[in-house]
Amino acid sequence: MVIDSEEAQELSKVFELLQWVADIGVKSVCLYDPEGVLKKNKEPITQRFSSANLSEEAAVNGRLVTRRNLTLEFVSFEDGKEAVAKAANYLFVKHYANGTKEKSDFTEPQMAEALGAIGSGGAEPDLLLIYGPTRCHLGFPAWRLRYTEIVHMGPLKSMSYGSLVKAIFKYTMVHQNYVTSSCGTSMMRKIDLTDAASIVCILLRMFFFDCRTKVKRYLLACMSN
Amino acid sequence: MTKKIGDQAGKMFEYFGSFLRKGIFSVLSVGPVPDHIAFIMDGNRRYAKKRNLLDGAGHRCGYLALMNMLKYCYELGVKYVTIYAFSIDNFRRRPEEVQSTMQLILEKIEDLIKEESMVNQYGVRIYFLGSLKLLSKPVRLAAERAMVATSGNSKSVLSICLAYTSSDEILHAVQECCEEKWDEGSALESKGAGNGLVFLKGNKNGKTKPSIVVKDLEKHMYAAVTPDPDIIIRTSGETRLSNFLLWQSANCLLYAPAILWPEIGLWHLVWAVLDFQRNFSYLKEKTKLS
Repeated sequence: MVIDSEEAQELSKVFELLQWVADIGVKSVCLYDPEGVLKKNKEPITQRFSSANLSEEAAVNGRLVTRRNLTLEFVSFEDGKEAVAKAANYLFVKHYANGTKEKSDFTEPQMAEALGAIGSGGAEPDLLLIYGPTRCHLGFPAWRLRYTEIVHMGPLKSMSYGSLVKAIFKYTMVHQNYVTSSCGTSMMRKIDLTDAASIVCILLRMFFFDCRTKVKRYLLACMSN
Repeated sequence: MTKKIGDQAGKMFEYFGSFLRKGIFSVLSVGPVPDHIAFIMDGNRRYAKKRNLLDGAGHRCGYLALMNMLKYCYELGVKYVTIYAFSIDNFRRRPEEVQSTMQLILEKIEDLIKEESMVNQYGVRIYFLGSLKLLSKPVRLAAERAMVATSGNSKSVLSICLAYTSSDEILHAVQECCEEKWDEGSALESKGAGNGLVFLKGNKNGKTKPSIVVKDLEKHMYAAVTPDPDIIIRTSGETRLSNFLLWQSANCLLYAPAILWPEIGLWHLVWAVLDFQRNFSYLKEKTKLS
């Protein structure tokens, strides 16, 4: 998720959004804002998810946190272009600076390995939700954005559960017209039984959440009368 | 006789359309006009299927739409236009389709460098961005000829991304930086100024600081010939960038109309520019911060 840095200061909204995402069943969330507001507030965010266990990777780079089945990653602008520059230096030291020049061109797996070595690795998100005034990814790491579906959700203050579910549902309907990428990951998506079951669960959750809200309002109205 | 009347009517219609466009663009120009617009021309094959056209006809219709969009952009005052003509991933398509697309690209490059083409009319300089060594020799030579033929034009720029992906661009920039640093280091070593550690600059505390920085990488990007885009327009309603200008699109408005590329028209451009104007101050602020 890309969140505008000013809006990211509204931590209660971030907590609510993460709660919704966890309830839907998403396994891994990467939280990005350009100025690193979310990174600075990693502690309160992780404390909110009280059964968080810091993984070994988090101990190394301070970015990853796991709560039950939800892994949180905190990323900022410096993990984008600056990280690629650091990875370039890593590759230079590994392949050039020992006094001999290796003739072969760098490959994507070598770049991915270099980014991992400097602590800015990470999987490419399937879906990027932008919470902010504009449909703009605000410098999300370029190396991880190649085939990611990008959806603009509007300002964080007007976020809604329905829009989130709709965005995820629309994502499941997307067909991408290419086969195996050079990283060896298949990028063909089609609806199968697992996806269909997930879609039904999401729709049922949405229906019950909506009913619960309406019943609450009705009871409140009755009590006030 | 009928043909003459038809031609005259066509010309009048063209003049009227041009007059109307000038009016619309002069109103739009009251606000900030984007300096650089990039297009992902998606939907040509779906358009051909939708209209029951032959294979390849969708791309030809797409070319006509492209010429119109270029005309509108240059008339509006957009100086830089970048188009995603052929991705490295597209080489994985059926060989007949790749061959037919390459044939069309070759044909249209030759058309572009003709004396009476739109490129010379609007003073457009053409650049081909990408790993051109992956292209067949005729296409590569035609691309080089087009770059040389238009090198004297300076009013506007058209960047055509051919055999391009952002990941390849970044890798290329990293490779070039490493080669450059190696050459610098080797030169220092041969002058006897180095001590084996010339490849890593040392600061006063004795710690090494990285010798490759972001500016070095940006200098070696294929798209270093143009500023970062202000708007990226991808047609057919798809919401991903498909490995296009990922490095350059940090503070760029992403616009994804649902129409297929051959269906794009003036109003989609107008809408994109209005959206850009609405978000201009926010995007400018973000650009300053980064």
